[in-house]
Amino acid sequence: MQAFEYVSAKSVGEAVGVLSQHGEGARLMAGGTDVLVQLRAGRRPQVKVLVDVKGIGELNELSYNDRQGLIIGAAVPCYRIYEDPTVIKRYPGIVDSASIIGSVQIQGRASLGGNICNATPSADGIPPLIALGAVCIIAGPNNSRRELPLEQLFAGPGRTTLQNGEMLISVRVPPPPANSGAQYLRFTPRNEMDIAVAGVGAAITLNAAKNTFVSGRVVLAAVAPIPLLVPAAGQALAGKPVNDETIGKAAEAAVAAAVPITDMRGTIEYRKHLVGVLTRRALQGAIQRAKGV
Amino acid sequence: MVQQAKEKAKYKVIGTRPIRHDGVDKVTGRAQYGADIRPTGLLYAKMLRSPHAHARIKKIDVSRALAHPGVRAVVTSADLAEQPPRIADLGEGSFTNMGFLCMNVLARGKVLFKGHAVAAVAAINAHVAEEAVGLIDVEYEVLPVVLDGLEAMKPDAPLLHERLASLSNPNVRPGGLMDESDKRKGSNVANHFVFEIGDIAKGFAQASIVVERWYKVSAAHQGYIEPLSATAKWNPDSSLTIWCSSQGHFTIREQTAKLLGLPVSKVKVVPMEIGGGFGAKTQVFLEPVVALLSKKSGHPVKMTINRTEVFEAIGPTSGGYVRAKMGVTTEGRIIAADATLVYEAGAFPGSPVSGGAQCLLGPYDIPNARVEGYDVVVNKPKVTAYRAPGAPSGAFAAESLIDEIAQQLKMDPIDFRLMNSAKEGTRRVSGPVFGSVGFVEVLKAAKAHPHWKAPLTGKNRGRGVAAGFWHNGAGPASATVSVNADGTVNLVEGSPDIGGSRATAAMQVAEVLGLRAEDVRPQVADTESIGFTSTTGGSGATFKTGWASHDAAQEVKQQMLARAATIWNVKPDDLKYEGGVISHKSDPALRMPFRDLAARLNDTGGPIAGRGAVNPRGVGAALSVNIADVEVDPDTGKTTVLRYTAIQDVGTAIHPSYVEGQMQGGAVQGIGWALTEEFYFSDKGQMMNSSFLDYRMPTALDIPMIDTVVVEVPNPGHPFGVRGVGEVCIVPPLAAIGNAIHRATGVRMHTLPMSPNNLQRAIAKKGDDVHWTVPTSNGASQSMKAAVDAEGIERHE
Repeated sequence: MQAFEYVSAKSVGEAVGVLSQHGEGARLMAGGTDVLVQLRAGRRPQVKVLVDVKGIGELNELSYNDRQGLIIGAAVPCYRIYEDPTVIKRYPGIVDSASIIGSVQIQGRASLGGNICNATPSADGIPPLIALGAVCIIAGPNNSRRELPLEQLFAGPGRTTLQNGEMLISVRVPPPPANSGAQYLRFTPRNEMDIAVAGVGAAITLNAAKNTFVSGRVVLAAVAPIPLLVPAAGQALAGKPVNDETIGKAAEAAVAAAVPITDMRGTIEYRKHLVGVLTRRALQGAIQRAKGV
Repeated sequence: MVQQAKEKAKYKVIGTRPIRHDGVDKVTGRAQYGADIRPTGLLYAKMLRSPHAHARIKKIDVSRALAHPGVRAVVTSADLAEQPPRIADLGEGSFTNMGFLCMNVLARGKVLFKGHAVAAVAAINAHVAEEAVGLIDVEYEVLPVVLDGLEAMKPDAPLLHERLASLSNPNVRPGGLMDESDKRKGSNVANHFVFEIGDIAKGFAQASIVVERWYKVSAAHQGYIEPLSATAKWNPDSSLTIWCSSQGHFTIREQTAKLLGLPVSKVKVVPMEIGGGFGAKTQVFLEPVVALLSKKSGHPVKMTINRTEVFEAIGPTSGGYVRAKMGVTTEGRIIAADATLVYEAGAFPGSPVSGGAQCLLGPYDIPNARVEGYDVVVNKPKVTAYRAPGAPSGAFAAESLIDEIAQQLKMDPIDFRLMNSAKEGTRRVSGPVFGSVGFVEVLKAAKAHPHWKAPLTGKNRGRGVAAGFWHNGAGPASATVSVNADGTVNLVEGSPDIGGSRATAAMQVAEVLGLRAEDVRPQVADTESIGFTSTTGGSGATFKTGWASHDAAQEVKQQMLARAATIWNVKPDDLKYEGGVISHKSDPALRMPFRDLAARLNDTGGPIAGRGAVNPRGVGAALSVNIADVEVDPDTGKTTVLRYTAIQDVGTAIHPSYVEGQMQGGAVQGIGWALTEEFYFSDKGQMMNSSFLDYRMPTALDIPMIDTVVVEVPNPGHPFGVRGVGEVCIVPPLAAIGNAIHRATGVRMHTLPMSPNNLQRAIAKKGDDVHWTVPTSNGASQSMKAAVDAEGIERHE
């Protein structure tokens, strides 16, 4: 394993300072479940400094209010998220993903913020957050802050659009509208300890009668260079009746948008097929949740 | 569930379930495994491995590595004397071509697979060693690769070994090179052989149904939890001590001594606890390398490899192809069978194709049969043994075909197998005649089991059944038993304990002496502290070391009787030994428990110790039947195993819990092989999934409780009726799952693994039929006279 400096940052300012100083040579660490493995495997040879952000209070915030919604600090480990009564009640789509990342042991360390910044196309944590309209809170040099819709954070496999000296502080998920529901489903050959061959996060809002889609967002995992929001799937849903035909149209749009590769986890053909299956199932699940059944 | 033989009642210890002697150390984390040894002054080593699957090594420059601060020694194949391509007998079942072994340990001239060891560095810590490995400059000339067994057989295929000879002997696995005088072109076919009985042309002519199918079988890794580790200390008097975890420290000693040119008496191998082997840890990979590093540096040196290295360089079992054809009468009698097996050996000869060929028809009485095997080298790591080596792939073919035929005949698949079952006296296609075997009993137990009778309802569900055969093995073994003053005994034996053999050997001693299992203190001793003991393999440890332990205990018993006779001044023949008590046959006053006599030994003539040294014949064959219920998601192709029952003839179950554990473990490995485990290579021969994340062994969440039925048909060839139990359990699951999938989906899978991706595609296309050209027999006439005759080796079962 390569030698590196370890900095336990106590404030956002300190962490941003180290990032600004070292650029590509610095990497943030929360649970370390991705970055330490990458360092051991020699996959991030440029990293000379690891900045541990678990000690920064703001990054450990997990809170909800009806005005701004849910705040998930970038270093909050998965288990806190899926054990939180408010998250369980209002955001079951997030519980879906937080509870299947890695294993129980991994979930004790791994954070959704880390899952986001690691930026793999197969990340389970990302699609339901994008589907729910999550926004990134980003800190930069000179105490600057900016917000960015989560779907705009990704530049390619393992790459984000964060600039030098910037770091993710938290994600904010809007309060769920009335008659809304979300679900994340992934397909893996094993039931745990596995990586998505394909994954689909779906969030929908129904009308008061719960027979028509008001809106919907469908986000795909592991079938594109980045977590892929499929606007066409949402358009296929908005204003349409809740039935198999509408769901089928949205699934077709998702399949058409998917641009997977063939690798050890699946072929192009199989992955596109799975996107259709999972989109239909995730939409059905989201509808069930919206109906409160 | 244990279906006991009647005579079992006579045993007091055998058949009980005591806590294993090594259990406390293992559950408290105190047991010392391969990497846990830390001699003073220890250095740490790392291997440089080939980035290419096939390349000529033009130049190796280690000067930058040697100059790196903290580096103490570097070795390459230049430090290891070249070995002639001769076959050496390193103990039963362990025939090794020293030339190939030498080239596998450190590449010489060419690298033959990605991950092939090229050089090694010893340094003050593992990180420095790793850095220094990156400073070794190797110039390669990259060569074309061949990764598939059938491709490798083509005349224009790239050759791994230009002088490789094509043997034609099913009993010699390690292969060889052609004579100097032989000017023919080499090939990648290391061995090609035929087993034949009866007249298949006549048999097929009499058959009313003839079905022929092609199967593509896949490599599977043993997946033991402990990556390999070896530590060596080269002493100033040119003796060598090695600590490692292996399945046979004596064979590690023989191989290391031969490769380093030392007499075996100069090499001491200390067995550490082993974290799983399943057949793979029976040959040297690291030991000669750390020995050379220790010699060069003057320090003890340890090398522990990581999981990626294990996957890339320490071979799995073979992938390949199997063609199977059977001719059956309208009544359901198999009267002819014909099969061809092509197994990929990896970079050096020695696939288990002979095991596959000997076993695929094993459970059945087939009068006319022919089985042909090809051992083919490809640019992948050399395969190692894996639990019933070769048999599961062959059984996947034969048992899938039988299932299909039973369906055509509208026969119950268990009835079909009963009609064709091998029995005592049945001759197998490979020659041997069955002794007492319990296949009929196993089939009847399967048919009577509640699982077979339970209705299976619901969509996309199916129940499959399949059988399996494994011939088992044995080999020489040694044991000593010495009496302690407190009435306990020490058992010293030489079988590395991979599946509970310490407990089962101790229980056999306790049974003989009328003691409790916990009164026997077993230990596995190093190569200087116990007589030669062959590798723990072939499901043979409880058989052979149990037998040696039995004999040692018998000797103790006789000496105890003689001692009591001396004390009482009577004839030994007038005494009897029952339930741990020595007594006079007619005088009730003369009675002494083992414990009382044990306390008096030193005052009455001295200590008592017994020895056992055996090379037993009479291993009993093992047969097994598995029943699997599955549900398939037709949209994703994912198979869920709902219920699973393994039924096996185990001879006598010495410790039933460990027998059941073996049966469950074998079933789980077989299910993983059937459904999710897969080696994924790039077209350049790079393994793309060299981690447990993407090499998908099942987890506890993927497998139901495996129900077991222990059927006891004692093996008359062993004092307590033991037959090996550890391997046959992995033979039936592949076809049991495939047959269940067929009943659930209507799709017959001929390709492994039956992964979601493969199964979904087959469901969509209504089949996965595999077809390939049956290889021709050219090249088979090249005989490997030189190497075989050199040592005149012939192996008999």
